Amino acid sequence: MRDVSIIGIGQTPVGELWEKSLRHLAHDAIVAALRDAGTGQADALYVGNMLSGELAEQEHLGALFADFAGLRGIEAFKIEAACASGAAALRVGHMAVASGLYDMVIVCGVEKMTDAIGADTTAALALAADQEYEVSQGVSFVALNALLMRRYMYEYNVPHEAFAGFSVNAHRNGAGNPNAMFRRPITAETYRRAAMIADPINLMDSSPICDGAAVVVLAPSDLASDGRGSGPAVRILASTSATDSLAIHDRRDPLFLEAAYLSSQKAYVQAGVTPADIDLFELHDAFSIMSALSLEATGFARRGEGVRWAEDDGERIAIDGELPLSTMGGLKARGHPVGATGVYQVVEVVQQLRGEAGVNQVKDARLGMAQNIGGSGATVITHVLAAE
Amino acid sequence: MRIARNWRTRQQRYSLVGEVCTECGNKIFPPRDVCPHCTGPAQLPYTLSGRGEVYSYSTMYSAPKGFEEYLPYTVALVQLKEGPMLTAQLTDVDADEVRIGMPVEMVTRKIREDGEAGQILYGYKFRSVLA
Ligand SMILES: [Zn+2]
Repeated sequence: MRDVSIIGIGQTPVGELWEKSLRHLAHDAIVAALRDAGTGQADALYVGNMLSGELAEQEHLGALFADFAGLRGIEAFKIEAACASGAAALRVGHMAVASGLYDMVIVCGVEKMTDAIGADTTAALALAADQEYEVSQGVSFVALNALLMRRYMYEYNVPHEAFAGFSVNAHRNGAGNPNAMFRRPITAETYRRAAMIADPINLMDSSPICDGAAVVVLAPSDLASDGRGSGPAVRILASTSATDSLAIHDRRDPLFLEAAYLSSQKAYVQAGVTPADIDLFELHDAFSIMSALSLEATGFARRGEGVRWAEDDGERIAIDGELPLSTMGGLKARGHPVGATGVYQVVEVVQQLRGEAGVNQVKDARLGMAQNIGGSGATVITHVLAAE
Repeated sequence: MRIARNWRTRQQRYSLVGEVCTECGNKIFPPRDVCPHCTGPAQLPYTLSGRGEVYSYSTMYSAPKGFEEYLPYTVALVQLKEGPMLTAQLTDVDADEVRIGMPVEMVTRKIREDGEAGQILYGYKFRSVLA
């Protein structure tokens, strides 16, 4: 197995991009990443996407994007793992380069959600859950997370306001990211007064529906430092994934994200690091409850104490805090174009490790982690990256 | 709605027919033929009592397509007394009266219908019972 590095990154702004089609989003991010990598060629393209068939009425994305990026002829196809599709495509790209099969691979996460209307989007997002025994009952994806949040608040005696700091931190960081969907800070008061979607989850607990595309270009580490690209290469120290049951009701313990535990433990071993070594963590804050549960499953907090990282408006998870989280706004403020999210997270870790994060730069960032969660925790993919 | 799929799951939706593992004795719902506790074969049908308690709940103010007309409604994770947990709507109860730990029992209710000429789907919901 060879070490793999990221030699180029690209991203579109995230938002309701009425003027951009699915293919143009992918094209823009691919072209930006190839330029950043200093190349015009690649051996393969792997696309992470969840809902193009449902929401943009288009499948067969690999060939479509390869053609529109001027790469007609190369190997290209789509990888799907619900909201973890982006990181899943990166896992495949990583395997292709690490194995020695290819020397230059493009990984593109993309989602076009705003061509469809609200109830269709809500129904489409529920495809991540168990159709026959969750979705058929009328439960939405938000409500599944609400069931977890309510139980968490009950078991650990935590009030809803205790989660506010995750949202406040994400929006504070979104304000400094030119590609973020939401660029205005919020207060704990904004959080408390937000409209309810599925009790106890309100609008400020949830990430928004949006469009976006993000791309990384991969190469073997020993070929990565030839000075072609515009930034220093960033090495992938770990790339791991694990699974759990699709349905929450089938879990051994609904409040423990077993797949997040398994994939992060594998990642720590593969990278030879511990949670204490991590300088910043792009976690999957699709809902504020997911932030708390991820921190517990990945070893940053004991059971029931993940929410304590949100204390004092998220002071300890801020850019200059003990453990910076969602440093470019996270899913909450940068936005959550579902199949693209996993690649956005990794692109943002690369920005931090290259020292290109602007006003959101984490000082002396050497080691970053990104974790992408599919469904309510059924697929969890973890990447650990290091500055060269 | 998918007619064949709804027909396939009729025993589960109407009567909570699950399975029992012949290796470890755990009751399983929904049926899956391989025991999630010991990975032994679990193909022996077992009908659950439909009695249990609320493990968690949420009142929804935004619904997936096909359920908008029922808003707001309350969904729950119900821990059945035989062990398995399932996801279902609560019925015949005010949202603000629902509590974690509240004893509930299964009833058969309309889940949704596909317009005036479409299929009507029936299945399980749970209602409060006196302990
Ligand atoms: Zn068993």
